[in-house]
Amino acid sequence: MTARPLTITLDGEPFAGAEGQTIAGMLLAARRRSWRTTSAGAAPRGVFCGIGVCFDCLVTVNGARDVRACLRRAADGDVVETQHDPLPEVTS
Amino acid sequence: MTRRTVVVVGAGPAGLSAARAAARAGAEVTLLDASDQVGGQFWRHASRPAHDEHRYHHGWSTFTALRDVVASHPRVTLLTSAQVWALERLDDGVRLRVLVGPADASGREHLTLTPDALVLATGAHDRTLPFPGWQLPGVTTAGAAQALAKAERVAVGDRVVVAGAGPFLLPVATSLLRTGARVLSVHEAATPASLARGWGSRPAGLLGAAHKTGELGGYVGTLARHRVAYRLGEAVVAARGDGRVEEVTVARVDARWAPVPGTERTVAADAVCVSHGFTPRLELAVAAACAISPDRFVVVDDGQGTSAPGVWAAGELTGIGGAEAALAEGWVAGHHAASGAVDDPAVARAARRRDRSADFARRLEAAHGIRGGWTAWLRDDTLVCRCEEVDAGTLRAAACATGSADLRSVRLTSRAGLGPCQARVCGRTVAELVGADAASSPGDATEAPPAVPDRRPLVVPVRLGDLAALPDDPT
Ligand SMILES: Cc1cc2nc3c(=O)[nH]c(=O)nc-3n(C[C@H](O)[C@H](O)[C@H](O)COP(=O)(O)OP(=O)(O)OC[C@H]3O[C@@H](n4cnc5c(N)ncnc54)[C@H](O)[C@@H]3O)c2cc1C
Ligand code: FES
Repeated sequence: MTARPLTITLDGEPFAGAEGQTIAGMLLAARRRSWRTTSAGAAPRGVFCGIGVCFDCLVTVNGARDVRACLRRAADGDVVETQHDPLPEVTS
Repeated sequence: MTRRTVVVVGAGPAGLSAARAAARAGAEVTLLDASDQVGGQFWRHASRPAHDEHRYHHGWSTFTALRDVVASHPRVTLLTSAQVWALERLDDGVRLRVLVGPADASGREHLTLTPDALVLATGAHDRTLPFPGWQLPGVTTAGAAQALAKAERVAVGDRVVVAGAGPFLLPVATSLLRTGARVLSVHEAATPASLARGWGSRPAGLLGAAHKTGELGGYVGTLARHRVAYRLGEAVVAARGDGRVEEVTVARVDARWAPVPGTERTVAADAVCVSHGFTPRLELAVAAACAISPDRFVVVDDGQGTSAPGVWAAGELTGIGGAEAALAEGWVAGHHAASGAVDDPAVARAARRRDRSADFARRLEAAHGIRGGWTAWLRDDTLVCRCEEVDAGTLRAAACATGSADLRSVRLTSRAGLGPCQARVCGRTVAELVGADAASSPGDATEAPPAVPDRRPLVVPVRLGDLAALPDDPT
């Protein structure tokens, strides 16, 4: 299709995709299945709900933590990092 | 003359239809959706719709017509990437807090709205019952598979098992096939007998309500052509793998969904997509103090009005009836929110379409509704709360220790439901497991149950920086 190609990195590793894809969609298309490690069990997680409900897919994007990879459209050059460590910041 | 202002939250079938009806009835409409596109779950589509986009959707031309109206109508303001994150009740209405910008970005624009009338059309999300190993990467909801296939043509795996309950499993399997995945099998927990109860004994009965016949029949045909087995009375009862799904165990279940010992078999798969139905996104309705029924839907009157003055609701929020019902409900809700004429013939027709589809919701529940026997596939170490990684054993112990079915103390003791998803995924399951679910006790449909899991003052987590940047309210 005509969508413009773009590249992002996950922990430095490049991933190719096209404009309009979400970060999760790009990673899954490359057969990457997980990119977060849970706090309590240090277990791997990736996409579960796919629509922004479960918060399993959180990544850091260009320095901002706790971005839902299934909702955020990738922008060319996005620097994405996997998250583990304390529970994500929640203010409620 | 100042026109009546109507805000519609959610631009799925229900919200799009409500926005159009409200504008036609003369109101000044603002239509908001958190997504950067309109269409909701049903018409989730590629960012640049492909020339064959209609092949991935039903009613694509209905969608494009609605989309064009809301995009061009002089009295409709369409705001996408607009997340409503809080709703406050005022003496004479409601105040909505909105952040506009890319998902979860910092520094998004703040917007505060105080409309004359509000239409909630926030839809639903999958309800997936826990099973051992469901936290492994590669296990997703059926909706996730559908969303990724429709919007990005991405398959969640190469060898996929689809399981759960409800007719939704069929379009999901079809979409997976279209994106190039191999669908190994589809497992529907409902037994042939309960399917017959819901849909009638002929296979065509499953395909139920008139407009659904063609749609579901098409899916069944596609599965048959790809030799995908559609098996009734079966469930995925475990997934295993090292850091990701490698195999799943399927078992026969009885009429109560309890696995039948000795029927387990194991299948190699790298993805399993599981959904046992849908549960509405209630937080804004709860914040608006709308009455919620014991089975957790927003209670509405004939005009789609809720118990909260100035608040209407439509779509999956008021019952799981599918996109056709959502369109009809949205029409009625938008028209009444805009104080449209009481005798409008088109609205009367929409109301009749809505009433007919109530039957679909009833059949759906009779055939595919969750049965209590499923808990027999839980083990003590099966995670129930995915966020806080609380397992079934811990939860039961907490329920015993607190000596009650008091949901709040069980949650505080075990931490189940206190993670970032705010119990969206596990809330109803936790309530059922500790015996505190309002839905399990028959009650007065107009009384709001405590709805504890759905009370979320912040609809989504908000960055502290964004809270600090909140503009002062005019007093
Ligand atoms: C992932 C998924 C995929 C589905 N796919 C299909 C399918 O292929 N076929 C089918 O028949 N049914 C499907 N369904 C069932 C679907 O719910 C209905 O068919 C139909 O989309 C319901 O329409 P609706 O207008 O009530 O809600 P939805 O279409 O869900 O629309 C609700 C909208 O509200 C928005 N929203 C919610 N909360 C907020 C907020 N706080 N602020 C701003 N916006 C908000 C959402 O972004 C969403 O766009 C799917 C459901 C899910 C969860
Ligand atoms: S996968 Fe659930 S929030 Fe992204």
